[in-house]
Amino acid sequence: MSTPMSADDQLYREYILDHYKNPRNYGRLEHPDITHEENNPLCGDVVGMDFQLHDGVIEDIRFHGRGCAISQASASLLTERLKGMPLEQAKKINKDDVIGELGIEISPARIKCALLSLKVLKVGAYGLADDDEE
Amino acid sequence: MSTLTFDVAEVRKDFPILETGIAYLDSANTSQRPRQVTGAMLEYFERFNSNIHRAAYRIAEEATERYEATREKVRAFINAASTKEIIYTRGTTEGINLVAYSWGRENIEEGDLIVLTILDHHSNIVPWQILAAEKGARIEFVDIDERGELRQDQFADLLKLSPKLVAFNLVSNALGTINPARDMVAAAKRAGATVLVDGAQATPHQPVDVQALGCDFYAFSGHKMLGPTGAGILYGRRQLLEAMPPFMGGGDMIKTVSTEGATYLELPWKFEAGTQAIAEVIGLGAAVDYLSELGMNAVRAHELEITEYAFEALSELDGLQVYGPPPSRRAGVISFSLDGIHPHDLATIADRDQVCLRAGHHCAMPLMTRLGIPATARASFYVYTQRDEVDRLVSSIKEAQRIFHPTKSSISRGPQEVA
Repeated sequence: MSTPMSADDQLYREYILDHYKNPRNYGRLEHPDITHEENNPLCGDVVGMDFQLHDGVIEDIRFHGRGCAISQASASLLTERLKGMPLEQAKKINKDDVIGELGIEISPARIKCALLSLKVLKVGAYGLADDDEE
Repeated sequence: MSTLTFDVAEVRKDFPILETGIAYLDSANTSQRPRQVTGAMLEYFERFNSNIHRAAYRIAEEATERYEATREKVRAFINAASTKEIIYTRGTTEGINLVAYSWGRENIEEGDLIVLTILDHHSNIVPWQILAAEKGARIEFVDIDERGELRQDQFADLLKLSPKLVAFNLVSNALGTINPARDMVAAAKRAGATVLVDGAQATPHQPVDVQALGCDFYAFSGHKMLGPTGAGILYGRRQLLEAMPPFMGGGDMIKTVSTEGATYLELPWKFEAGTQAIAEVIGLGAAVDYLSELGMNAVRAHELEITEYAFEALSELDGLQVYGPPPSRRAGVISFSLDGIHPHDLATIADRDQVCLRAGHHCAMPLMTRLGIPATARASFYVYTQRDEVDRLVSSIKEAQRIFHPTKSSISRGPQEVA
């Protein structure tokens, strides 16, 4: 009845668990240009991000929060990608990019977990800008 | 009088969904439905499907009779004094909102105190918050002790402030705590309060006698007690219900309507506007029959046995914390957390083994905040639950621990503990 798991686990791959247990860019920035937090009311996951900008580029970024492995690993992976990226380019990141980066099959039950960090990015980034809504 | 036991293997044969191989441990969320319930609904659809209370032909008479028959079944099941006190609703949430909108708007005034508890479900918090905001009333919450039981000393202190309304759940859906409802109702009545008891988690699992309980209102849902979704019950003391204005206006609840205004039907129909959930109410009647045949004392005894078994099995696992009181003072609900593993991840891993588990805040966010946790995993049991399903849960937990903590020494608590 049990599906084969461990090393070849389709969802909890080693790098996902690594990002969960040892999150990259974890913490807070002292003087962020953008700070935004979102939660997933269904399971109580929280992800927040602090952005420091320089000439329109995300010079530094930290995330904080709590929640399941998928939501936290997704946030950790996203911060790695965002660091050094122009904000305008960051705004164009979509859900396929985030799921692709996770590199795992995401079931409908877990999609909100996987995309929570993207929501933080979108609302945070567009909250600062006053135009060009997609 | 029914016997104190029933044959779980026989019971399981009435639930076709269990043949799919699932270990369904989420009955506090919604229960499964036996053939007797779906059969009664199907019979309505296939044999006498028609609207009620306007019968000009035979099948509509039959539909009306079967629909109204549920009222007497429910009355007997919770020992209400009269079927006039049994109002059909969509569920507990609607029942509580009915009281908040109808009774609450007439009786709650600026500065009034409403007493709730930290164990309450959102459905017994939010309607009162809306009312309190509208009226300028205030709300106080009774806290819990370290065992997840309501602090009766604090409750007694709050009663000294003469609350207008006291509302609490008989059984906590998140922790399973069985509250000493009879004593609490008696104390609240002595203090002059009107009392609403949320019976969503109690009615399916233990004998309920609303007259012995002594409360003014009692709300519950059909879908947690083997019935379909969309049918629930609000019990109210007749005197109070008579004095209350309608909750919703429309067809089915009026006596006469003119361009000048309307007169309303008597109880219970005054509160039942619009075409009702006929099939669902008939299904609820079949669910009540089913539970009555098993006997609610036997249902409680079975769940206690399973809960004790599960409590012991879970307590033996490393890195697992169970929330709430010991099995004798809890319903068939066990909320727990695992070191370094979020409940949602556990639920996903359990799901691969067809173990259905709830993960989340259980619509009790104030309680989660009080406990300092974002969520718990929750296993809950019912008449069809058997020991091997608990064993499968234990295997799933061990599997999750193996995935998240491949070597025991490397147990990392994960970012959720860093926050």
